[in-house]
Amino acid sequence: MKYVDEFRDGKLARGLTRALHAAVRPDRHYRFMEFCGGHTHAIARYGIEGLLPENLHLIHGPGCPVCVLPIGRIDSALELALERRVTLCTYADVMRVPASGRMSLLQARAHGADVRMVYSTLDALRIARAEAEREVVFLAIGFETTTPPTAAAIRQAAALGLENFSVFCNHVLTPAAIASILESPEVRKLGTVPLDGFIGPAHVSTVIGSQPYEFFAEEYRKPVVIAGFEPLDVMQAILMLVQQVNEGRSEVENEFSRAVTVTGNEKAKALVAEVFELRRSFDWRGLGTLPYSALRIKQAYRAFDAETRFALGYCPVPDARGCECGAILRGVRRPTECRLFGTVCTPENPIGSCMVSAEGACAAHYTYSRGDARRERRVS
Amino acid sequence: MDGATKTAYLRPLDVRHGRVDLSHGSGGRAMAQLIEQMFVRAFDNEWLRQGNDGACFPLPVGRVVMATDSHVVSPLFFPGGDIGCLSVHGTINDVAMAGAQPLYLSASFILEEGFPLGDLQRIVESMACAAREAGVAIVTGDTKVVQQGKGDGVFITTTGLGVVPEGVQVAGDRARRGDAILLSGPVGDHGVTVLSMRANLGFTTSLLSDTAPLHRLVAEILSVAPDIHCLRDPTRGGLATTLNEIALQSGVGMVLREDAIPVRREVAAACELLGLDPLYVANEGKLVCICPAERAAAVLHAMQANPLGSGAAIIGEVVEDARCFVQMETAFGGRRMVDWLSGEQLPRIC
Repeated sequence: MKYVDEFRDGKLARGLTRALHAAVRPDRHYRFMEFCGGHTHAIARYGIEGLLPENLHLIHGPGCPVCVLPIGRIDSALELALERRVTLCTYADVMRVPASGRMSLLQARAHGADVRMVYSTLDALRIARAEAEREVVFLAIGFETTTPPTAAAIRQAAALGLENFSVFCNHVLTPAAIASILESPEVRKLGTVPLDGFIGPAHVSTVIGSQPYEFFAEEYRKPVVIAGFEPLDVMQAILMLVQQVNEGRSEVENEFSRAVTVTGNEKAKALVAEVFELRRSFDWRGLGTLPYSALRIKQAYRAFDAETRFALGYCPVPDARGCECGAILRGVRRPTECRLFGTVCTPENPIGSCMVSAEGACAAHYTYSRGDARRERRVS
Repeated sequence: MDGATKTAYLRPLDVRHGRVDLSHGSGGRAMAQLIEQMFVRAFDNEWLRQGNDGACFPLPVGRVVMATDSHVVSPLFFPGGDIGCLSVHGTINDVAMAGAQPLYLSASFILEEGFPLGDLQRIVESMACAAREAGVAIVTGDTKVVQQGKGDGVFITTTGLGVVPEGVQVAGDRARRGDAILLSGPVGDHGVTVLSMRANLGFTTSLLSDTAPLHRLVAEILSVAPDIHCLRDPTRGGLATTLNEIALQSGVGMVLREDAIPVRREVAAACELLGLDPLYVANEGKLVCICPAERAAAVLHAMQANPLGSGAAIIGEVVEDARCFVQMETAFGGRRMVDWLSGEQLPRIC
């Protein structure tokens, strides 16, 4: 496949591996957090960790939209589907996350709820138009990448005057999550999560640009290298981070220059600004309640806000006992350090959200990396 | 002619405009007519013609293999095939994967009230054609009709019988350390083709389903290497799940080479777009063969000589691993697990 295979080339990977091994200083450790679940997935799927020097460590970040969605919000979605009997449309991974009482949207479906998997917001709109007698709710989740399509759907619904369509908005913001990690006691004071830099998000950055990360590079002295989701992108970004650390620099660099600009996608940002506004605070799984970290639908489009239409409340729900998703999302623990990992919590029977999505640290580790002797040794 | 000897007039089946109704499953004349004019006419063989409830036939001496498979694919018609030929190939292949020569099939239909008879005819003819080409007779069957809304057009269950040639011992628990793993051609064609037909996805491909009977390919493999250890067709769950099943049954591990696994460009591209992994996408005309390493070249040669195995490749080897992990050297140069499929990637693919 053109424009894909080039970024998965084994020969180039070997060259980058050699360069990385030559670049790292043997007298220190390097610890980089890949913020995005997309990177976590690529790292596991292509076996990238096995190519890295022994003293270079990758820490999985919280950038998996399904993982950070708190149980209470899924409970609300379940209420919509099971009690309000709406047609609930959402992306596939969300359907498997267990909420209160281990009920998931997939199980709700087996109990007669009308939950449908869609590939895009437009599918949900199409369903609403075709089935005018049904109340259709799109369960919107995700970071800045998936926000513009939701905004577009709401605007289109308004233009069409669709009365049976609304959005249950759970869109969250990347910079807020990065700030929360950098401000966490583990990173700031305790030093239990030594962080030398970030692999910056790929798709998120195509929308917001590289500018928002400059604050982190300057204020917290952490280098950020924005990287594409292909394995060579990730390798190259790691090399760039090592070079920054070696040279004592903390800058925002853009490895993904084929898609990311400094200011991002102005049109998408304008669309989002037209439809959404900041929420005063939002509950994140793992990271807690973060101020101004999520979006809600503006007054002008309130007619399409499922939270208002169905007067949805929010009730925080603690993680299942023993589940370490919170610590894993903050980078404090690795998946294999959770007692539930691979025992009672597996992709078939997930206890926590990190085991659900292919982008979740636990699922990626379980699916792709269990056979890796090096990583098993490292955690034991 | 007086009234007692006159045969009652029975309107022929209106295949062009007619639809299945509840009387077609009631056991009465309408059902007899459907069986006679649709099924017996298409599948025509001496056992069906006898009109008994069951078929009575001789079997060659040897170990008998029996396999059954239900088919619920949606849509019913797809590029490269339909539920009819799929239901014949699916069961033939299950029988063939035991190293057997498939001989007889049964076919059981669950029809939904309102299903167009024209579509049923197309499906039945496709089954007949597939069975004839494969040299297998459909010797008995059953028809039931459910009310509208209680089914989805047609579901077909087929059961097959076959006989294993003497000296052949093929089973999922026979993979041994050092064995070679061969694959008969590119993976993912069937799953991606069916998926591309789903209304809500809105993409088109030039792909065809790979649905095909594999028993002749199996016979050719056995003729050059009767001592192969395992055969399996990677249908639902794809290649990855099939290999994990064998690894678990045999108590071994496997190491695959990603760049050796054939995947068509269209399949790779569609999977990339939809976030699927071709290793987990269903096939209906491919097989995995595990054999002693010294037989690998001969088996590969035999596979490649058959059009159904022209894209065959050696994709990895069996290793010792008490955890029964299937691992893969990625084309990128790393190594990763190839796990069981979790959840449902594509519902109703076969």
